[in-house]
Amino acid sequence: MPSIRQNPYPEALPDFRNLGITARALVAVNLLALIAALLAVPEWTAMMDAFVMRAARFEPPLIGSLALLYALAPWLLRFAYWSGCALVIAVVLAFAAGTHALLGDVTPGGIARTLVLAAACAAFVLAYLRLHTKAHSPALAEARLQALQARIRPHFLFNSLNAVLSLIRHDPKRAERTLEDLADLFRALMSDGRSLARLADEVSLIERYAAIEQLRLGERLRMSWELDDAPMDAMLPALVLQPLLENAVYHGVEPGTGVGDVLVRIERRGDRVKVRIENPWIVPSAGSRPGNHMALDNIRERLMLFFDDEARLESRVDGDRYQVDIEIPYRTVAA
Amino acid sequence: MNELRVFIADDEAPARARLRELLADVSGELATTVVGEAASGLEVIERLPASAARILLLDIQMPGMGGIELARHLCALENAPAVIFVTAHDRHAVEAFELNALDYLMKPVRADRLVAALRKARGSTPAGAAGAERLERAATGAREFFSIVDRNRIALVPVSDVLILKAELKYVTLRTKSGDHLIEEPLVSIEREFADRFVRVHRNCLVARAAIRGFERTAGGGEEDPHWSVVLEGIEERMPVSRRMWPAVKAVLAEGKQ
Repeated sequence: MPSIRQNPYPEALPDFRNLGITARALVAVNLLALIAALLAVPEWTAMMDAFVMRAARFEPPLIGSLALLYALAPWLLRFAYWSGCALVIAVVLAFAAGTHALLGDVTPGGIARTLVLAAACAAFVLAYLRLHTKAHSPALAEARLQALQARIRPHFLFNSLNAVLSLIRHDPKRAERTLEDLADLFRALMSDGRSLARLADEVSLIERYAAIEQLRLGERLRMSWELDDAPMDAMLPALVLQPLLENAVYHGVEPGTGVGDVLVRIERRGDRVKVRIENPWIVPSAGSRPGNHMALDNIRERLMLFFDDEARLESRVDGDRYQVDIEIPYRTVAA
Repeated sequence: MNELRVFIADDEAPARARLRELLADVSGELATTVVGEAASGLEVIERLPASAARILLLDIQMPGMGGIELARHLCALENAPAVIFVTAHDRHAVEAFELNALDYLMKPVRADRLVAALRKARGSTPAGAAGAERLERAATGAREFFSIVDRNRIALVPVSDVLILKAELKYVTLRTKSGDHLIEEPLVSIEREFADRFVRVHRNCLVARAAIRGFERTAGGGEEDPHWSVVLEGIEERMPVSRRMWPAVKAVLAEGKQ
């Protein structure tokens, strides 16, 4: 499947729409300039002046390139890694040449020197980002493993099978449907947690999950879905929603004696996708079910791996409700 | 025909239906009759004594009160049923929870295992003291309720309602806002089980940590030495704090204020 963002598969261009990537590029180039100033000028005060003077030269092409790369990001992803890199360097060179033409030559060496320096900076940043992605690959594999372990509760599987067994004689049709739901659910659960999935698919997955829980818990589980404003074409890491809903049922409905209201709301606000999952807050009793922090940490980690600093996951207790909020940037598959 | 009287407790309706079906399936080998069902621990407490059940098929994970705690309360009944636990845990979890010592079935339950468990339970004597001890070991935490057993009835007092526990002879008085209850448990074991809920203020007295509001200095008079008393929320009575316990009790209030 076409993958958009900062891709876990090694040879992919950095995602220029990611704030984290942009920030890293800015810091890296400014650091280079600072080092250059340090090398060139011995006195501290004069060094700062030299840095500021250089900044006037490199900031315009740097910011211009990043802005253009932001715009071009989806288009750039069509290219293989190395051609993509060449295009990025070409963009940087164009801006450097433009700046040179506008502001004139302050350091000796002419346009050729400006262009070589710009290309070197761009190559350095690309290499740094590539290393950065590579360094995160083991973390990603680990996160995937953890996800596999964390997201299936044997308790759920056995209770569901038990519920299906109880249906087979009286309501074979419903038993069939439930087994199909279980099969779909487990197919998804056993798939690769590294990939991104369409929101539509993730929603249909949690609907299947909810149908099974509904069978087990009957009227004790009351689901409300607010999905009218959900951007079904949005992409998000696979299997983020299901564990959250499973937590909501496991901690908020099963231990309760009354009816448990669980809310799933997904909406798009501008370029952000917001997900809210809410369940009754039941104060954990001594020796009861262990907390769900592992699942939450795991999901937060995976959101960060895909969206860097642009994803948020928060949970809080609000009165008698427990709320989990996720915010991710709205992205669709690169066309 | 002498049918084995079985009570089914599970919070999931399909799971109860499944057990009923299985019991009907094996009726040729072992005749049973379902004399009651419950979907929560409190319902079991309410309905089981009147059902005269010999066997309780009990789900371990139930809302309100878990199966293990429920079984501990039932032990004191005059005609306590034999308990067969039913769990959706995998074997790993079963070992972790020290359920091995108890009779348990894993969900989904198989007919032959069910028959074997029923036969074994039918032959056994009601749990008694040894059973209570095994259950205590299997419990993962402190109980949520104290139980007062009156021959064949059980009354529950939520542990969170209890403000003062006072030992008098072989009984312990549980004092709540709404009244007193007598239980027959040593204060020492209560103190151990609920260490994070109650603190000892005197040789024969525990009070709820969360209810402590402050202390009063009681001037001595006659034979009484001056001493500190603890002021509890929701109750007029002041409990004297012994000199030996004073530092520990004072620390509890300081902890709470942080």
